[in-house]
Amino acid sequence: MSDDTLLSARDLSLSFGTLRALDGVDVDLWPGEVLAIVGESGSGKSTLLNVLAGRLTPDQGHVFYRDPDGHLADLHAMSAPALRALHRSDWGFVQQDARAALRMGVSAGGNVGERLMAKGARHYGEIRAEAARWLEMVEIDPGRIDDLPRIFSGGMLQRLQIAATLVTHPRLVFMDEPTGGLDVSVQARLLDLIRRLVGQLGLAVVLVTHDIAVARLLAQRIMVMQRGRVVEAGLTDQVLDDPAHPYTQLLVSSVLQA
Amino acid sequence: MSEGYNFAYLDEQTKRMIRRALLKAVAVPGHQIPFGAREMPLPYGWGTGGIQVTAAILGQSDTLKVIDQGADDTTNAVSIRRFFARTAGVATTTETARASVIQTRHRIPETTLRADQIIVYQVPQPEPLWRLEPSRAACRTMHALAEYGLMHVKLYEDIARYGQVAISYDYPVMVNDRHLMAPSPIPAFDNPKMDRMPALQLFGAGREKRIYAIPPYTSVRSLDFADHPFRPHRAPHACTLCGSRDSYLDEVLTDDRGGRIFVCSDTDYCATRQRKDAA
Repeated sequence: MSDDTLLSARDLSLSFGTLRALDGVDVDLWPGEVLAIVGESGSGKSTLLNVLAGRLTPDQGHVFYRDPDGHLADLHAMSAPALRALHRSDWGFVQQDARAALRMGVSAGGNVGERLMAKGARHYGEIRAEAARWLEMVEIDPGRIDDLPRIFSGGMLQRLQIAATLVTHPRLVFMDEPTGGLDVSVQARLLDLIRRLVGQLGLAVVLVTHDIAVARLLAQRIMVMQRGRVVEAGLTDQVLDDPAHPYTQLLVSSVLQA
Repeated sequence: MSEGYNFAYLDEQTKRMIRRALLKAVAVPGHQIPFGAREMPLPYGWGTGGIQVTAAILGQSDTLKVIDQGADDTTNAVSIRRFFARTAGVATTTETARASVIQTRHRIPETTLRADQIIVYQVPQPEPLWRLEPSRAACRTMHALAEYGLMHVKLYEDIARYGQVAISYDYPVMVNDRHLMAPSPIPAFDNPKMDRMPALQLFGAGREKRIYAIPPYTSVRSLDFADHPFRPHRAPHACTLCGSRDSYLDEVLTDDRGGRIFVCSDTDYCATRQRKDAA
């Protein structure tokens, strides 16, 4: 791995019983880069994401993360408090089901403010101002700051989750099917928003998706997975325009052309 | 004193077990210590935790005071006081200054406690995070890592909705700048009395089987925001009986035509002031 990678994984393997969910996977991620992991259901992409985020421990292999001070840390050798601190501040996790990630009984402002308060913010006015600013960033009317997420639409919920994740200015965000389950027009708007924010904030993103179009729109680099192995990796345009592996060719050709 | 019972009702092994838990609790201020709470001859919620702690620390030379909502003469207080008078034969009192052990439910006496006194709180729910985080395992992790942002989310919600923190009793506190603690359902008005109190404070939760403690002179801080500081609330009246403008007041209905008076909830404090006025 080179000196400036943000996240590096080497030779990751993980089996669930006889099922090899990950089989010798290498990943490198540089600051400010969006990396898409694509593949069909069961190909191991969500498992890979969870291993990279330290939520699952691999049977074999290591994940290294470079902290803001430039030190390289082995994720799975870190203490639980250190890993949680990382998740709370330097990292973010956007999952497909916003309802599971957000507190549905807590107002939008409280949801966005939670990470700030977890980091130690103790000034109500500042927390509220920051929450309002972030609602505006994700195109939610700041006037709805005291509304419960329960009455938000699916697209709004997902945008709220993104605001609640990005409010602490993480350097690395993991996204698991962020546009899954949304209708096409809402999806397009959300993708626009994510692309804008990623550019503005210089975020590094590991994006898991089964949707080739999402990967093409957001990611600079792409990894195609099949049965726990990376079958093809490279620049997104290159891989999608000129797929080399038969499985990638199948994936690309199976997308409906509008 | 009744025959047939061990001193202070509990057997000696149980008292030892409780004392071990108390020592741990004092060593880690505000941290909940599990203990094997026994069945007591009164229902859960009536002070089984407090009674067990009192039984474990009571000695023959102690003088016991029991209060319920500040009053010495309510059913709960009278029953528990009589229970220990019968099973331990200890002296009892209603005067705060004369007591060496004070068992309380819902109040801290107005009279400042001294270093040679112990106050025992009856606790229904020892976990301050229980309404916010349903999993006890998750709560324990949050305590272990001192991750208390969630409690502030609750305070944030209150201010956003009501303009102020809408917790009037059992107002969460930080003990020794480390552990988040439920002070038992005392009014928020009493919270400042816990800070650097010279007396030892012990908390017993019988149903939940937890003991915790605040050693003397330990810092106890009520949670708040920099721009919404903690403000203890008190009814803006004077006591009808003794005229006190400093004590915590109960509102008492006097008839069914809207008549009401405010009186001190601490009956001993009120009576002492009335005696002074009469003299």
